Order: sequence, then C-alpha cells, then structure tokens
Amino acid sequence: MGDCHGCPAAIITRPAKARRRIVAIVGPPNSGKSTLFNRLTGLRQKVANFPGVTVEHRMGRARLDGDHEVYLVDLPGVYSLTPRTEDERVTHDVLSGAMKDLPKPDAVLLILDSTNLSRHLVLAAPVLSLGLPTLVILNMADDLGARGGEVDSAELAMQLGSPVALVSAAKGIGIEKVMQFLSGTTQGAPERNGSRKPLMELPVIQDIPKCRAWAARAGSKARYQAPAPPLWTRRLDAVFLHPILGPLIFLLVVIGVFETIFAGAQPIMDAIDDGIQASGAWVASIVSYAPLRSLLVDGVWSGVGSVVKFLPQILILFLFIGILEDSGYLARAALIADRTMARIGLQGKSFIPLLSAYACAVPAIMATRTIENKRDRIATILIAPFMTCSARLPVYTLVIAAFIAPKYQVLALLSLYIIGFLAAIGTAKLLKSTILKSARSSFLLEMPPYRWPTPRSLGLRLVDRAKVFLRRAGTVILAVAIVIWVLGHLPLKNGAPPPIDQSIEAKIGHAVEPAIKPLGFNWKIGIGLISSLAAREVIVGTLGTIYGMEGSSEHSVELQRALRRDLTPGGAAALLVFFAFAMQCMSTIAVVRRETMSWKWPALQFAYMTVFAYAAAFAANHIVLWLA
Amino acid sequence: MSFNKKKPAQSLRARPARNLTDLKRGESGILDRLDLPEEDARRLMEMGFLPGHSVTPAHSAPGGDPRVFQVDGSEVALRRETAIRLILR
Repeated sequence: MGDCHGCPAAIITRPAKARRRIVAIVGPPNSGKSTLFNRLTGLRQKVANFPGVTVEHRMGRARLDGDHEVYLVDLPGVYSLTPRTEDERVTHDVLSGAMKDLPKPDAVLLILDSTNLSRHLVLAAPVLSLGLPTLVILNMADDLGARGGEVDSAELAMQLGSPVALVSAAKGIGIEKVMQFLSGTTQGAPERNGSRKPLMELPVIQDIPKCRAWAARAGSKARYQAPAPPLWTRRLDAVFLHPILGPLIFLLVVIGVFETIFAGAQPIMDAIDDGIQASGAWVASIVSYAPLRSLLVDGVWSGVGSVVKFLPQILILFLFIGILEDSGYLARAALIADRTMARIGLQGKSFIPLLSAYACAVPAIMATRTIENKRDRIATILIAPFMTCSARLPVYTLVIAAFIAPKYQVLALLSLYIIGFLAAIGTAKLLKSTILKSARSSFLLEMPPYRWPTPRSLGLRLVDRAKVFLRRAGTVILAVAIVIWVLGHLPLKNGAPPPIDQSIEAKIGHAVEPAIKPLGFNWKIGIGLISSLAAREVIVGTLGTIYGMEGSSEHSVELQRALRRDLTPGGAAALLVFFAFAMQCMSTIAVVRRETMSWKWPALQFAYMTVFAYAAAFAANHIVLWLA
Repeated sequence: MSFNKKKPAQSLRARPARNLTDLKRGESGILDRLDLPEEDARRLMEMGFLPGHSVTPAHSAPGGDPRVFQVDGSEVALRRETAIRLILR
C-alpha cells in the first residue's frame, strides 16, 4: 500500500524552462485539499481573489529538490465541474485556462477521500477528460487502513491512465510521491504521463448516474474495499446531536469561546500593555530631540500600542473557530442552528459566517460563499457587521472600564453583544420580508467525519490572521496616529506647537461637533469617530494620541481617567451604542463590494447602519441623561 | 425515549408513494426518484442521492428537522421539506 504507480520521476528531462509551473489542486469538499496545500506550501502561501469573481483562492509555492519551485493553486471544493455555482465556475475556468490573469495549469492534483472513494471518483471523470497531466491522490489513507478498507492503487492507475498515490496529508504519509510528481512537472514535458491510454473509457460527464456507475466500476476493478463506518463519528454524533445534550453542548461551546476570549486573554494583554509601556519609556529615554520624541512616544507608541495589545483576543477567537471548523463540529452546529435561523428567514449555513463575524466581518463575509441561495447570502452579508467583531472590543473595553463599576462590567459587555445580535436578527427579518424575500431555500450540508485538527493548519491560520492584524496596525493605524499627532501640533506658534485646543485638529473637531453634540460627544470624540471610519479600533489609538499630547501616558488606566474627564455618562453610553451598530470599517465595505460585485449593497448597508447607530446613540444619551 | 418513536403524521394519511420522511431512524430505503426542480435534483445527486441508492435516516437537529441521512458512504443533512420530495421505491 502507498506506492505511487507511474509517478513520472523517470521522465527524460529537457532543461527546465524559466517559467514557474502552475499546478491546480482540485477535489470535493472535505477531501483534505487545504491540509495537502498547507503541507506542500507551509508559510509560502497567500490568500487571493480571482479578478471579477468573489471566490477566494490560495496561491502558494512548493519547494522541490534541486531548487525548483512550482506554484500551487488551491481551488474551491466542488462535486462536479458543471459550471453552475460560482465555486464550480471558477474551478472549471481555471482548469480550462479561461481564467483571466492565470495561465492554464500545467498539471492537476486531484485529491479524493479514499474512505469514500466510489463517490469521490465521480469527480475524476470531468477532471481527467480535461487531458492535463493529473496525479490522483487518494487521501486519508491512514483512516482507510485503520477502518479495514483497501484499494489497489496500481490497478486504479491503469484503469484511469493517470498516476495514483495513496496519501495521508494530515500525517504526512506519502507526500514524497506528490513531490515526485510535482518535480516531474518542472522537467519539461509533463504531458507525457497523460498520454498513457486508460483502460476504462471516460463517461459522458453531464450524466451523473453514468458517472457514478463509471466510478463504481473503476473502484471495483481496483479492488476497492470500502472501510467500516466511522465508529467514532457515530458515537460523537450520538452525543453532539442528542436531542437534549446537543443544544446544551452547543450553548456551552459558544459561551466557552467567549469566556476564554475575555478572561483567558487578559493576562497576555496586560503583559503586552506593560511591554509597550516599557518600550515607550525606553524610546523616550534614548531620543533626545523633543519633537521626535513626542511624535514617537505620544503619537506612534500611544496610537499603535493601544491597538496591538488586542492581538491575543483576536488570535484566541480565530483559534476556536479553526478548531470548530477543522474538527467537523461546525457542520453539526449549523445543523442545530438551522431551525432557529429559519425563523429569521435564514438557514443553518448562515450560522457559520455569523459566528465567524464575532471575530471579524471580513472572513465571515467571505465564508458566506457556502450559501447557494443568493438572497440568503446577501442577507447574511448585510447583517454580519452587526455581530460584535473583535475590533469593537478595544473600544468597549476602554469605555466600560472607564465608566462602569467592576461589578457590572461583564454584564455591560454582554448587553452590547446582545444588542448587536438583536439588531442583526431584526435586520434579517426586515430584509427577508422586503427586498430579499425568497421562498424557504433548501438546506443541504454534508456532515464530515470528526477529525483531530492539526496544529499545523491551526498555526498557519493564526499566523495569517496575525499578519493581517499587525499589517493594519503597522500601516493604517500607524498613519492615522502620525496624522493625528501632526494635526494636533499645527499651526506652530512662535516655533512651538499650540495648545491642543487651538490646533488644526481642534478646528476640525469643532466643525463636526454640532452634528455629534446631541449624542453627548465633544470634538475629541469627533476626531476619534472620523479616524475610526478606517477601522473601529483606530479610535482608541486616536484618543491615545490626543490624550498622549495632553500629557497622559499611553497606559490604559491613564486613558480611562482622561476619558472620564471628557465624557458624560450619557455620552459614554452613546459611544458604546454607536460602535455596536455603526459600520466603521473600510475593510468590510471593500469586502462587501467585492463579494456582491456592486456598490449598491455596501452603500445601502453603510447608510442603514450609520443612521441606525446615530438614532440609537441619540436615544442612549438622552435616556441616561433623563435617568440621571 | 418514547417521544422519539412518534410516527410522522404523513404515514397516517394514505399516500401514493413513500418518501424519505416515512423511514424510521436506522431503517433503509431505496431511492426511486427526486421530485425536485432539475437544479436541486442535480445537486442532491452529486451528493449521493441517486435513484437506486440506499438511504438511511440518522441523527437530526433537536425537533427532528433537519435530519442527517446516510447515503453512498457519506452523511448529508436535509430539511424535511426536501426529504419529503425524495420518493422511495
């Protein structure tokens, strides 16, 4: 078992051309495509979008022996190549060379789940009929063996006319055969191994029953022995889908995730906060030129530092979502949530994106691709930013710590999560009963077997998210911090910066003040709101910079004290409520534009959320005033 | 638990053809046809719901809907309104 039959290692080589070869990875959902892709590329990968379509794909480089490299394209999981859904169209277009900006691949890695081979082989028919050199990878070989199944990969290779490799991408078994194949593609004439005549003729690919019968024949010729049913999956489902235990565990999981994010991340965040403080003090001690020192310490350190410390919370949230998704539990959660989601006009598949939206709306909106019904998908996209994303946390944490007695802080935070959630539900109902009205859509979701998430793929996910977050802190937030600092130090009076309330910044702030005064905000908050149009957490950095210039240190306790001086309790409530509802995030607007392929939806969403937020903040301010 | 064994209301009425919702949990049936629009039927067929294949109901969400069906080596969840359109032999 595990031989790679007909791997083209022995192909007579022409000198390698300069152009890097492109190899596409194709496979049905849950076949382990991403695991293989991660295994082959490691950190040499990035997420990208094809021009003009909303489907995300990953590109990566696989390093081979002898300093060769090939580009790998990880395509979306599909059951067929009939271009009906967007995922299928992208896969079809890439493989047939019709995709703009991407040359036709030189070879294909077709990855199939060996524990479900007869069904997964159906995809081999359309892929092999493309005529590209293809390595058929039978993944999860370890699982197949452990559950008493087997397959003769040499025979299957003969039947299909393509090399076949038994592999376990998660455990790294058999990967060298994939590498061998990839090396073959760099050696000039890979088309040779595709020219071997298959023993079985390919079926008409439009006819699903015929394709399925063909796959069954190929399987039986290769003496495929299906494995015993996944015992552990059955056992776990008896618990996780138990009529009473199931929903209970579901709730515990959701609560546990949030509990860990808030309680678990605190020590790490405090440590980072102290580190930023110490490094700021150190910078202040070595820079003697006063204006530069002020720019670095009051501007950059206060601004960027106050945001960077939220990295642990964001990573913990993504870690949880990664574990839930990779283990297979998320599909069960979607099943459990389906009835509830149907009540607000959505479906169980909307649950996964909406849960991810608690981390960040951007990946959540990308995750809506799995929803086939277009109206359901748009409704999910439109309500996702109401979910309390991690970028709101810095704002919430700061204001709550400054204004609310420790006893009620968790309650306050929870209420903010709840009002965001209620706004999402209300908006969904509104949308689904008006502009996005549709018949109850079908819900069709494959339950993958439970699997242990691999540290490798979880780690790669976290590195990816950390990069995105830190890049934003290093670019947008850094730039905003510097601009805020500069505007706060101009115009110079007698060569010295003016008091902050006579600066250009104050002028801008005072100009917007009439609009935000009814909410209980002064001009400093106004500057914060303007800067937070870039990203919500920027307001914390901005206030850090403004108060830093006023002489407070960047430490969060100081920032809280300064805020208490500056904001009434009504204004504080209004600020929280405003951030709960407003769509202060350029990245989200950009991703909605990309995913819906029009400006109509993001514009509508931005206007709706801003008006909603303004009205709610106005109400909050006046209710608190009236109570007091 | 006794409430799990409650028979679906449909089986009390005289129905011309049995469908997936008439199967008890763990009881298999052979699929005859998919009484659905072409597009939906293709999608189901790609996931294994092909005429002639055996389908077995398994676990469900609380309340019995949607339900997971074992078909062609994998498990797929369907809402009741879809399952009712999958006619058995």
